Amino acid sequence: MATGIKDKVAILGMGCTRFGERWESFSEDLAVESFTECLADAGIDKNEIQAAYVGTNFDEVNVGKSAVPLSVALKLPYIPVTRVENYCATATEALRAACYSVAAGVYDIVLALGVEKLKDTGYGGLPGGAARGIKAHMTQANMSAPGMFAQLATAYSAKWGLPMDKIKDAITHVSVKSHANGALNPKAHLRKAVSAEVIKAAPMVAYPLGLYDCCGVSDGSAAAIVTTPEIARALKPNQNIVKVKALSVSASSGEEAMGNTWDGAHFTTTRVAATRAYQEAGIKDPRQELSMCEVHDCFSITEMVTMEDLHISPKGGSYEDIMNGFYDLDGDLPCQVDGGLKCFGHPIGASGLRMVYAMYEQLLERVPEDRKVKNARLGLTHNLGGMPHQNVAAISIVGLD
Amino acid sequence: MIGICSYGAYVPRYRLDRKTIFQAIGWMNPGTVALAKGEKAVANFDEDSVTMAVAAALNALCGIGRSQLGGVYFASTTMPYKERLNAGIVAGALALDGEVRTADFSGGLKAGTTAMLSAMEALAAGSLAKVMVTASDTRLGKPGSPQEMIFGDAAAAFVVGDENVIAEFKGSYSITHDFADHYRGQFSKYDRQWEDRWIRDLGFEEFVPEVVGGLLNKYGLKMEQFSQVVYDCHYPAARKKLNKVLGVPEGSEQDNLQAQVGHCGAAQSLLMLADALDRAQPGDKIMVVSFGSGCDALYFEATEKIQGRPTQKGVAQCLSEKMLLDNYTKYLVWRDIMPVEVGMRSEEDLWTRWSAVWRSHKLVLGLCGSRCTECCTAQLPAQRICVNPQCGAVDKGEDYLFSDKLGTIASFTGDMLAASLNPPAISGQVEFSGGGKMMFDLTDCNLEEVKTGMTVSMSFRRKYFDQKRDISGYFWKAVPVVEGR
Repeated sequence: MATGIKDKVAILGMGCTRFGERWESFSEDLAVESFTECLADAGIDKNEIQAAYVGTNFDEVNVGKSAVPLSVALKLPYIPVTRVENYCATATEALRAACYSVAAGVYDIVLALGVEKLKDTGYGGLPGGAARGIKAHMTQANMSAPGMFAQLATAYSAKWGLPMDKIKDAITHVSVKSHANGALNPKAHLRKAVSAEVIKAAPMVAYPLGLYDCCGVSDGSAAAIVTTPEIARALKPNQNIVKVKALSVSASSGEEAMGNTWDGAHFTTTRVAATRAYQEAGIKDPRQELSMCEVHDCFSITEMVTMEDLHISPKGGSYEDIMNGFYDLDGDLPCQVDGGLKCFGHPIGASGLRMVYAMYEQLLERVPEDRKVKNARLGLTHNLGGMPHQNVAAISIVGLD
Repeated sequence: MIGICSYGAYVPRYRLDRKTIFQAIGWMNPGTVALAKGEKAVANFDEDSVTMAVAAALNALCGIGRSQLGGVYFASTTMPYKERLNAGIVAGALALDGEVRTADFSGGLKAGTTAMLSAMEALAAGSLAKVMVTASDTRLGKPGSPQEMIFGDAAAAFVVGDENVIAEFKGSYSITHDFADHYRGQFSKYDRQWEDRWIRDLGFEEFVPEVVGGLLNKYGLKMEQFSQVVYDCHYPAARKKLNKVLGVPEGSEQDNLQAQVGHCGAAQSLLMLADALDRAQPGDKIMVVSFGSGCDALYFEATEKIQGRPTQKGVAQCLSEKMLLDNYTKYLVWRDIMPVEVGMRSEEDLWTRWSAVWRSHKLVLGLCGSRCTECCTAQLPAQRICVNPQCGAVDKGEDYLFSDKLGTIASFTGDMLAASLNPPAISGQVEFSGGGKMMFDLTDCNLEEVKTGMTVSMSFRRKYFDQKRDISGYFWKAVPVVEGR
């Protein structure tokens, strides 16, 4: 009988680069940066790593296919290195693979690393159509990523009868909060606090999403070294140990895109993944039990909808929580404590591990007072890859021993 | 009895006020001020002669089962492909595949009536029972030219057959003259013409009487017997003179739609015919004369069945659904006359994989999905495994057409980041009546008017144009249904 991942794996060390427009760096440079920080944090020798999972998404404008460019960049000594890709869930998938291989008892110490170099396209936003495949070229509507996610807003308004200007109020608050948090974080891409007035006056990207409703398109890398709790305690007897409580992934079945039941105003996958994650972690009331979270705020509306799909805000009720400051840094359940995708940045293949890094440094109280979450015991991270009607959701929950 | 069973017109939704053209570029040829009256119909950026022919054909179907069609003929002088049968694309969009005779008619502007004649002859010979005849053109004059003022974009389509005929085909007379009043060489984008006076005095004023006289003599008819006389001639002075010379009875001359549409090339005489049929009464004799490299004169007589026929989407309704283009440069960009910065995102090299296009042709051309024979769930695109989680049957889907279904908008946006010649690129999820859902581009609309819950119909459009390989790629888009705009 399967018993899940809870408490079977510990995070021995983590690293994360400064995210942003890293004009000076290739993917390989970013990977070396997060890897060396991670290795130093873990306090082990590189040769003790027995296997590695590396995540990249847009390999077409990045390092190319396979794990080999990264195993070469990191000079990993002929260990098994596997490339993982699953849209924005890529890095969480790398972590999941690493954790499962440890939990299975196959390896003792495994590396998970995510890296993405997006700022070599020559234009803003994500790379375009080729990555979507030939069927998309023939039949997919002409949509950018903001265009896909913006439709959550019009569908949400239709579903719950919430006027579009109220939705704009709520998603503006989402961005104000993330900018405030990002401004405090030296590794964040966008480090400027922005007012609601500025956000609302910004040029429209995809109705009703303006410039500040969209996350940063960034370069960056994040990494984790995982091991068994026993080894972690042996190697680090004098500090808290961060353990994995749940790893949950859900991919679309096609029902949202083609069936007749989905309302376009929520993420079916996130709901399923969240339910399973709480079950795995033994969480009964996430609103009460979670200390903090990092969710997939690729766009402000995505965060608004996601807070309901994570079963934290009531369905149709995220507006009140957001406007009441429930998710602010000094709120009951701080969300995007490091600035989120919005301001920390979103190098696709690195984001999942960056989120876990944010939880990890809070749990180990390694952050300055001004951005510290009080009594942080349990953190949730959430990725959403793809489009609202066809996607993969990934959740990890980590906590103190 | 053979003849016209049904007809449909298509005038693209956008119009350009000719004064707008003159204000922008009249400085170049001030003489065009004489033409700067009324509006010309302008195909949207995602329309061409093929898509407009499909739109007219769908309007013409009007309840006629498409499986009855044995042929699809397409007439145009602005076909997107020299090799790759354009009528084959039209047939595919009508979800006709395999056992259907198709042909492109081109070259001269009389290609439309020649296609109609060929269809009538196939009916008369008994080799085909029903044929879809389409004519469509999007001719270009150079900026500042008289042709730019005169030409408009439009299409007409007719189901011709041997039963339920509303206008019986009674006969025809044709002449051919290699009279190069207008011409385009094989590499030309723009029309060139010889002097107007020569075209008018020698062309229209000699050839039209020649072909009309030939028809009247052949069948022993007199002009005063005709209630509707359709002839192609855009010169107002020449029309006045011809009406006299031909003896066109008062009130029988049909409007050439120059003020609302413009001259629509190979579709011109047939668009005028579609308009005339809107008003025809049983027993009316109708004459149709085309002009271009010669003339065809066709002679019809409206039957009793023209009364009580289902409401066609004809010229009048198309004209009522117009939207004025607010500026001339938009037209220049849409017709690829003026280069414009669409952004580097648009420069990504996306190949058309022809083997994949063929594999998906029922979906791409016909908007054909599947319906599960076990649970009746409609799904688009067709699925091997039924999308209904309570069913999940494998390979139990049958072909199911979505192009003829209405839908409602479940979500939408206007996307400024997506590369488009008509930003913002509007898209939305369409839920079909009868089930099935897909994300589509929305077209022929402004973001301000789009709402969730709005009804849409499906329209065959050019999805992309690959300049490097000269490929027009097609798929379906959703158009908000706006009655009597």
